[in-house]
Amino acid sequence: MFASILDIIIDGLFMGGIYALLAMGLSLQYGVARVLNVSHGEFIMVGAFLTLALHTGLGMNPILTLVIIGPIIFIVGYLLHRTLFSALLKSSPSTEVFEGKSLLATFGLLFIIQNVAVLIWGSATRSYSYLASPVEIAGAITSLNRMVTLGITIAIGLAFYIFLARSRMGKAIRAAAQDPATAGIMGVNINNVLALCFGFGLLMAGIAGVLYSMCFGFYTTMGLGFTIIAIIVVVLGGLGSIPGSFIGGFILGIVGQITNTFEAELTLAAYYFIFIVLLLVRPKGIMGK
Amino acid sequence: MQYLLTSICSLCMVYSGWFIDRLLGKEKRGKWLTSGVLLLTLALVATLPVYGTSYAPILMTTIILYIILAVSWTMFSGPTGYMSLATAAFFGVGIYTAAFMAGDFPPPVFILVGGAASFILALGVGALTLRLRGIYFAIFTFGLVELIRHVLAFIELHVTGTRGRFVFGVDNETIFYYMLGVFVLLMITAYFLNRSKFGLALRSIGEYEAAAAHTGVNVTMVKIVTFAVSAFFMGAVGAIWATKLHYVDPGIAFNPLFTFIPVLMAIFGGMGLLYGPIIGAAFFTLLKEFLTTTLAKYGLGELYMLFFGVILVAAILFMPNGVVGVIQRLTQKWRKGGPVEEHADT
Repeated sequence: MFASILDIIIDGLFMGGIYALLAMGLSLQYGVARVLNVSHGEFIMVGAFLTLALHTGLGMNPILTLVIIGPIIFIVGYLLHRTLFSALLKSSPSTEVFEGKSLLATFGLLFIIQNVAVLIWGSATRSYSYLASPVEIAGAITSLNRMVTLGITIAIGLAFYIFLARSRMGKAIRAAAQDPATAGIMGVNINNVLALCFGFGLLMAGIAGVLYSMCFGFYTTMGLGFTIIAIIVVVLGGLGSIPGSFIGGFILGIVGQITNTFEAELTLAAYYFIFIVLLLVRPKGIMGK
Repeated sequence: MQYLLTSICSLCMVYSGWFIDRLLGKEKRGKWLTSGVLLLTLALVATLPVYGTSYAPILMTTIILYIILAVSWTMFSGPTGYMSLATAAFFGVGIYTAAFMAGDFPPPVFILVGGAASFILALGVGALTLRLRGIYFAIFTFGLVELIRHVLAFIELHVTGTRGRFVFGVDNETIFYYMLGVFVLLMITAYFLNRSKFGLALRSIGEYEAAAAHTGVNVTMVKIVTFAVSAFFMGAVGAIWATKLHYVDPGIAFNPLFTFIPVLMAIFGGMGLLYGPIIGAAFFTLLKEFLTTTLAKYGLGELYMLFFGVILVAAILFMPNGVVGVIQRLTQKWRKGGPVEEHADT
């Protein structure tokens, strides 16, 4: 009994870590750049498939692929904002109009990315095996790759938290999140900061994809489900809060594992239930201000 | 051949939208002429099964379906600026209502009940959520589609022990006429909605919600009722569509594409005037038909969404007010009258 509860908690924390990474990324994109990126989950899929290609094609260590895939996805995100979203920002009279337009534009991106991926990688579920050896923690059995994943997600969360809190660029990002116009007047290169945030956001999704692919099978149309989870976690934890993303991610991960053990088909329904109750009771989230 | 016929019929639908826009615009000149043309165009569409190929009414049914979805989506989301992503939920409720009732009841009954079921669902959802800020509303309504789908799939599997259900079919011609009937009803509703005080209140909410509330508009009530009326039409066409599907399961009935595609059509066509979403819906349905049949030859039938995605991004970037915006700019340039004034907003 105790072991199975621990099982649920460990697996929940591990899934929660991946959700937290995704949510941090979305929080940056929506909290700072004001783009509710519906195509966010597509980049977890792209990350997973690129890892597969590098791992099986070139025999690279999946963790090392982060060094290649991370920058690629970051640059894609940066350029996307510099071209598409900054053009939309320029043509929108108000933030609300921009939010609406950019939401629709990311729907377009979603269709494009998903269909190109289907074209390249097909629609079958793919997987590979890496560090799949079992690990025992106080009677609960999990696998090594899950532990590694949990460690990496927490490390990245901490690193990014320190980056935001201590570095000059982090300060600029926080300023842009509060008031982009004033931040611009104070000498922050606002277009650059917004594009960086969008890039960082996609980078988080890409990293989550690499880590996810080490533990689970993946397929080209899985992105939207992750986007929805990321949105729920962001709302749950509070927009723009990194600790909130982790708390929200862990809560969702553990709830997911609990429903998964009892009634696997109701996992998503449970997520939505939490989400709906939350929106009605506390729309600003647990750590929201 | 079927493309030519259905394109002409689609133009007739666009014309009827334009006619109502013109009526609402208090344009008095040529009233008899345009009304006459309207009757003629409607007659042309209604007699399509007589002179068209047997496939033409089927394709036209799909076009009208998307026209109704896009127009009823715009009815609420256009003036208020609240982005509803629940179209598939209301559509699916209609489909499932028909799945339960078709066979035992005549079509008008289950079409009305399907619409009414969506209407009631929308009243509930609206009362719960229309106080939420814009983007949360979008997320919530999108979540609703997935929630219903998963719960229904669970009930199908564990309570009734089924995977989906068969729907008592109705012949294609009858489906076509019911669809056309709902379209006419929608146009009449849109006309009276826009002309009434209620429509004015709705537009003022879109302009400045706080100001509307201060001038005595019951903001929440107006939003909820409009949301529910638009849901009625989505549910009604869902019920009709179900008889064409023959078999439905939660995945078919609550397919999120039925949310995305009408939004895409409305954005592309332009949301400021009634004929905008009609243009968008007709264009994309015909394009989808063309692409799926062409791409299917290479085994790439589902890739039409790739093209839709590209067009969507391009439309948002280069035609912020849709086809309607472009048409308005061209006609104003042609008349050379005054500064360019556009009705549409995102």
